[in-house]
Amino acid sequence: MRERCLIIVTLMSLVSLPLWMGSDYYINIASQILIWAIFALALNVLVGWSGLVSLGHAGLFGMACYTGAWLLEAGWGHFTAVLGAFAMTILVSAIFGALSLRTRGIGFIMITLAISQILWGIAYRWIGLTNGDNGIIISARPTPFGIEMDTPGVFYIFTLIVFLLTMLIMAIFYQSPFGVSLRGTRDQSRRMSALGFNVWLIRFFAILFSGFFSGVAGLLFLYYHQYVSPHVLSLLNSAEVLLMVISGGTGTLLGPVVGAGLVVVIKNVASAYIERWNMLLGVIFVAIVIFMPEGLVPGTQRLFRWVFSRIKSIGAAIKSEAS
Amino acid sequence: MLLFLFKMKIPLFCLALCSVLVSSFLVVAAYAQDADPIRIGLMTVKTGPLATGGIQMEQGLDIYLRSVSYTIAGRPVEMIVADTGGSPAVARTKAQELVERDGVDAIIGPLAAFEALAINSYIAQVGIPTLSIAAAEDMTQRTPNPYFIRVSSSSAQASHPMGHYAAVDREFRRAVTIADDIAYGQEMVAGFQRVFEENGGRVVAKLWPPLNVAEYSAYIAQIQNVDVVYMAFAGINGLRFIRQYAEFGLQGEIPLLGGMTSADESILRNMGDEALGVISSSFYSSELPWPANVDFVSRMREVYDVNPGYYAVSAYLEAMVLHAAIDAVGGDTEDKAELMNALRSVELEDSPRGYVRFDEHGNVVGNIYIFEVQQKDGRLVNTPIKTYENVSQFWNYNSEEFLSQPVYSRNYPPAIYLGQ
Repeated sequence: MRERCLIIVTLMSLVSLPLWMGSDYYINIASQILIWAIFALALNVLVGWSGLVSLGHAGLFGMACYTGAWLLEAGWGHFTAVLGAFAMTILVSAIFGALSLRTRGIGFIMITLAISQILWGIAYRWIGLTNGDNGIIISARPTPFGIEMDTPGVFYIFTLIVFLLTMLIMAIFYQSPFGVSLRGTRDQSRRMSALGFNVWLIRFFAILFSGFFSGVAGLLFLYYHQYVSPHVLSLLNSAEVLLMVISGGTGTLLGPVVGAGLVVVIKNVASAYIERWNMLLGVIFVAIVIFMPEGLVPGTQRLFRWVFSRIKSIGAAIKSEAS
Repeated sequence: MLLFLFKMKIPLFCLALCSVLVSSFLVVAAYAQDADPIRIGLMTVKTGPLATGGIQMEQGLDIYLRSVSYTIAGRPVEMIVADTGGSPAVARTKAQELVERDGVDAIIGPLAAFEALAINSYIAQVGIPTLSIAAAEDMTQRTPNPYFIRVSSSSAQASHPMGHYAAVDREFRRAVTIADDIAYGQEMVAGFQRVFEENGGRVVAKLWPPLNVAEYSAYIAQIQNVDVVYMAFAGINGLRFIRQYAEFGLQGEIPLLGGMTSADESILRNMGDEALGVISSSFYSSELPWPANVDFVSRMREVYDVNPGYYAVSAYLEAMVLHAAIDAVGGDTEDKAELMNALRSVELEDSPRGYVRFDEHGNVVGNIYIFEVQQKDGRLVNTPIKTYENVSQFWNYNSEEFLSQPVYSRNYPPAIYLGQ
């Protein structure tokens, strides 16, 4: 009951955020947090639930950005551009999966990194296609059902709807038989394969699933900024989203969201007040690793449980003394 | 001493904390209403590889505002600095922060072309005058933004004259170009190549080291059988290339020409004899002799102990132009369209770089100088050796014809003499 109340209150405050937030600037920050949260949730499918650490997810994210931007610039409508971007992202995810699943552990990290660097190189050097360093500017955001999305509030609501749908799908995915078997391949891949599961195929589908939601985040990013440049494909981007997942808590549903909030806020808001914001971010990550190595969300839960158990035991001690 | 905090009951503590917070907000709010200052937002890069230039921009702007005692048209001036970290996504957020939260009247910056492109649609959408040093050609050519002006130079604006100087004055015939493989380097090389070849020169090889290449020996080894080398580097790369060029014994053997930022004052101070004799073209050096510049340079040396270069003077000039425009509209910065018109019709007779005005696309028209690195009083300086007066971004081409051609790139104009 209490949990349900909490969820309703959170939802209400999220939906009404444009009303009470006041400044457009903070509404935009909120939209960005949601976009990055979707991206982090997508990566979490691999890092948290499959045990496959990818350092190349910016490649999939950027693929959606670039395909969408390119189709829009070529004069196709938003509908085609979005469909095309998804198709392309899934195709690239499939190649990504087919190549990287030949290895495990460090090998997997390096292959994913290499693939995203290839995509980065193409975006940077194939100037005829991508306009190189200068990137592609798209002229307008879409107008689904005739609703203009130029104002920060409307775009925020749109992003929020996509984000909530993503959360819902992720939650269903986690509990589904497929989600359970995916976690099975993470913990006991040999036993799973002895039980007759096709471990490779399960992981492959997980990569496609993760790629699709990276594409969702990429398209939102494209529409938010109305600009794409090779920076979205950079290693920095891949590393940052991985940090979001790890700092928030891998394998949890809320962790990547909290991690995304942390990074976006420090990078954009705190940097206005603190010149050495890079250092602040570093110190926070180090602190997380020292005090909550499992991530912010599980770490905080552990802390609460500890505090409650202490209170209980102190209460019990007082009682026994009194008796 | 702080013990009372622990002794307080929790609700009381919360109450105390809240009241402190609220009262501090009230104080801040009271200050904010005190006067109605002109707010200038500076978008610059203070972290990462571009930070050297970015910090000089802040210094240049500060020096100008100090010279007018932080007052323009009778209103106090507030400078708000935002660090973009050299990332386009952060640049966009920072632009929003400056406009939506801080309510700035104009933006100075950003530094890099990709940052300017990232905020391009945003500044047009909210209509905020932006004075940038981003050199990307098309921002004032094929896709001009009504709210964007540039007082420094487009990428090729300073390399067209260098092509002319190399082919006509020095009569070089065979050249090799080497440049950072980014739009800035590509556009500079394209401008040089076009004018150089139209005046009888031939570019026989074009080398494109990546922006973050560790060292240049593999590229320098390819420089053979030419009269001259043209380099177009940004940031610290010019310094590294010039040093290795000298280590290979090519200094003095094959003359070295450079683009705007290849031998800038900001890197010259870290160099030794290896830079002597490098010839570069730019719109500014701290050695320009007129009083407006001597005054600026002496204040920069006094306050920050540096010789101003490309970045510092650009921010300084932008503040000068903004000042002139705000004066022209009588100090009223509310109507941004009017302010923008005023900005575009600014003419400076007496700036550190000389006479300055703007063309119809919002790009500067002004002198371009050819400099040679020489030693003076134990310091390396860029001594002006030739002046091209009132150069526009179109050189002496017809602007309509120029705009009907593709934008400068790695492949345009095509290099027809490669390997000959």
